[in-house]
Amino acid sequence: MRNITKVFGDTVANDGVTLDIYRGEILSLLGENGSGKTTLMNMLSGIYFPDGGEILINNEPVMISSPREAFDHGIGMIHQHFKLVDVFTAAENIVLGLEEKGKLDMEQAENKIREICNTYGFDVDPKQKIYNMSVSQKQTVEIVKVLYRGADILILDEPTAVLTPQETDKLFAVLRNMKKDGKTVVIITHKLHEVLAISDRVAVLRKGQFVGEMITAQTNEQEMTNMMVGRAVELNIDRPEPVDPKPRVKVEHLTVKGPDGVMKLDDVSFTANTGEILGIAGISGCGQKELLESIAGLQRVEKGSIQYIHESGESEELLGKDPLRIAEMGVSLSFVPEDRLGMGLVGSMDLTDNMMLRSFRRGKSLFTDRKTPRALAERVVDELEVNTPSVSTQVRKLSGGNVQKVLVGREIASAPTVLLSAYAVRGLDINSSYTIYDLLNQQKEKGVAVIYVGEDLDVLLELCDRILVLCGGKVSGLVEGRKADKRQVGMMMTKLGGGSADE
Amino acid sequence: MSKQIKEPFLHITKRKEMPARRAWAIRISAIVAALIVCAIVTTLTTGLDPIAVYSAMIDGAVGSSRKVLVLFKELAFLLCISLALTPAFKMKFWNLGGEGQVLIGAWATSVVMIYLGGVLPNGLLILVMLIAAIGAGAVWAMIPAFFKAKWGTNETLFTLMMNYVAIQLVAYFIILWENPKGSGHVGIINQSGREGWLPYIGTNSYLFIIIFVAIITIGMHVYLKYSKHGYEISVVGESQRTANYVGIKVDRVIIRTLLLSGAICGFTGWMMVSGTDHTITTSLAGGRGFLGIMVSWLAQFNSIAMVFAALLLVFLEQGAGEISTSCGLNQSFGDILTGIILFFIIGCEFFINYIVHVRKSSGKEEA
Repeated sequence: MRNITKVFGDTVANDGVTLDIYRGEILSLLGENGSGKTTLMNMLSGIYFPDGGEILINNEPVMISSPREAFDHGIGMIHQHFKLVDVFTAAENIVLGLEEKGKLDMEQAENKIREICNTYGFDVDPKQKIYNMSVSQKQTVEIVKVLYRGADILILDEPTAVLTPQETDKLFAVLRNMKKDGKTVVIITHKLHEVLAISDRVAVLRKGQFVGEMITAQTNEQEMTNMMVGRAVELNIDRPEPVDPKPRVKVEHLTVKGPDGVMKLDDVSFTANTGEILGIAGISGCGQKELLESIAGLQRVEKGSIQYIHESGESEELLGKDPLRIAEMGVSLSFVPEDRLGMGLVGSMDLTDNMMLRSFRRGKSLFTDRKTPRALAERVVDELEVNTPSVSTQVRKLSGGNVQKVLVGREIASAPTVLLSAYAVRGLDINSSYTIYDLLNQQKEKGVAVIYVGEDLDVLLELCDRILVLCGGKVSGLVEGRKADKRQVGMMMTKLGGGSADE
Repeated sequence: MSKQIKEPFLHITKRKEMPARRAWAIRISAIVAALIVCAIVTTLTTGLDPIAVYSAMIDGAVGSSRKVLVLFKELAFLLCISLALTPAFKMKFWNLGGEGQVLIGAWATSVVMIYLGGVLPNGLLILVMLIAAIGAGAVWAMIPAFFKAKWGTNETLFTLMMNYVAIQLVAYFIILWENPKGSGHVGIINQSGREGWLPYIGTNSYLFIIIFVAIITIGMHVYLKYSKHGYEISVVGESQRTANYVGIKVDRVIIRTLLLSGAICGFTGWMMVSGTDHTITTSLAGGRGFLGIMVSWLAQFNSIAMVFAALLLVFLEQGAGEISTSCGLNQSFGDILTGIILFFIIGCEFFINYIVHVRKSSGKEEA
């Protein structure tokens, strides 16, 4: 790729990027949020068309204006969000959109899929329906789909964000097999230890520009981070000792059923203390969302109780109350939900109006007060270093990390006593992630009971004082963050009680 | 390998914020282009001088002080209905029931006018008519809102069907109130005593209506933009989950907003019966319940911009009516011209938001 430039409105997503990708290598593409990694790869795979520059394959200039043309050149991309038809089988999804002559021969297609799976070590049943699959299986289908179309260059956009450590290991094994077979793999990721584990070379983007590349074997996490951020960054998560922890939220026998009658939470009990970060670990979809939403008053609960223990020692039931009633009780509960733009913020409103979401009811006036939220928005932008043209910018125009900073900034501005956070750093780059960890720690030191639902076990183990492990809606165990072992927690996530660690 | 490289013939990218002056220049040139296309179509199909057709059109819309007044009256009605629909649309509640809500308001007005005319003093009578109309419109809109809020029914179908219920209801009462018997019309209600007729200001029968709608326009603008209710409407419209999350009671907001939407529609019905028509027919709303949807969208739900959007549509409609009589063309020809003009005006927004790159013809290119 030579001098690639892509402009979206006022934003320059890629500015004269030149990147070489060699045959048979695994290249990591590293960069902060909004540094243009995904945009660059989208141009390679035909989703976007570059505004400037050219793409060469085998030294031949090529024009890629659609994903189909990208496939013609052997380029396939696996996106962060899967594009599969739920009610179809794996095989049907894989052949979907292929324009082959003659009758559709599913049997032949299935055989070809099995062949691909055997070559690289995938574990896919071509006849299984997508809705019956786990996230990791869906991802596998996406990869097979690309290989089926004969791709030689595979681009994976943050493939490990949704996987457990075990699943990640499996994926990496497959990628190594592909490399042996002469395929080229480009992997976009934020997780530095994964970069070190899998790739041959690292290319770094910063603010839309190519800043450098390194041979993985000759670098380390610190050097990569510095290059990505553009300055030296401390790579340790603090974990101050909890000061005088007292029970704040007591959950007992909480049972929640989903809309389809499926058990989401089954007899879950635990206590969250003040001045402590309680981690919640588990494979995604194990009841984490329902747990937090139950506490926040957004979830219908079958049975159980959630007691809020006031400073005075009095306790009050939170269940059966909506968020407004909970706030009226004098419980300052903040919630950073998983779905930032679908739940925590309104994407089409600007920063000021989003700050107002929590505070607009204040005062007797019929009209909204925009001055206070505006001041708050300016303060959040200032203190959390939100990268935005102004506080009148629509939130959905910001990059993921900045959106999260806006949300977290608003939530902690209300001086909470309980802070719930779901996947607070999902999709965030290393720099933004550390900002968020710092903010959580600050809240903890202020005596807030922090409940942190996370997916990165390394972070959970470094950040949290205690970790509650969920498995299929049940409590699989409660471990001390300082003593716990990663593999042990990983096992507990997949199996109640964890079984033996060396399994 | 001699692979042929082909840049796509067209590719489209999003534009940066365009300076307002340039955007207006594009809009004006779109209108000019529309007029040219209309002229060509006119000459080709009818052989008439397009300038004459245009001047007939302008004459029809604003040719005399009487015509200007009618234009403003029509503008007021259309604008009022558009404003009524807007809060619902902003909440992404597709209220297609404006027609029925107007009609039911008119019906309630007529009921009070016929049965209490002469019983109550005139001032009180008009007030009771007003309350009845607002109440009836509000109830008509609230029914689908309630079902939507409680059981998630589809509001587009529900509000649409409510129109037909209103039309049939009015049709029944028209037969009941027939005057003279057998005519199929209600005739002018209270013609002799003018009970329940909105008084004139000076000699002007429409001025009251224009003033009312001007107040509603400003009121709606302030309500949507600066009030807490308006803010809640926007949040619910963008994301019900976010609204729940911050403790906004979504069903309450839906019902409250539709009560307002229906009330203003009912108010329009009251203005039509008490202020201008002094009678009721099933086609009283005259499709403005639907045309209002277009006005609201054209103006991007901005109450002030709606004045201009409604003016454009009313102007074209009045003008088209005139060319059908003075140039001896039928109404459909006026509609064709209206359609062409609207196509250009709406279409030009695309060029304001996007740039179209056409392939550069470099020397290398082969056909």
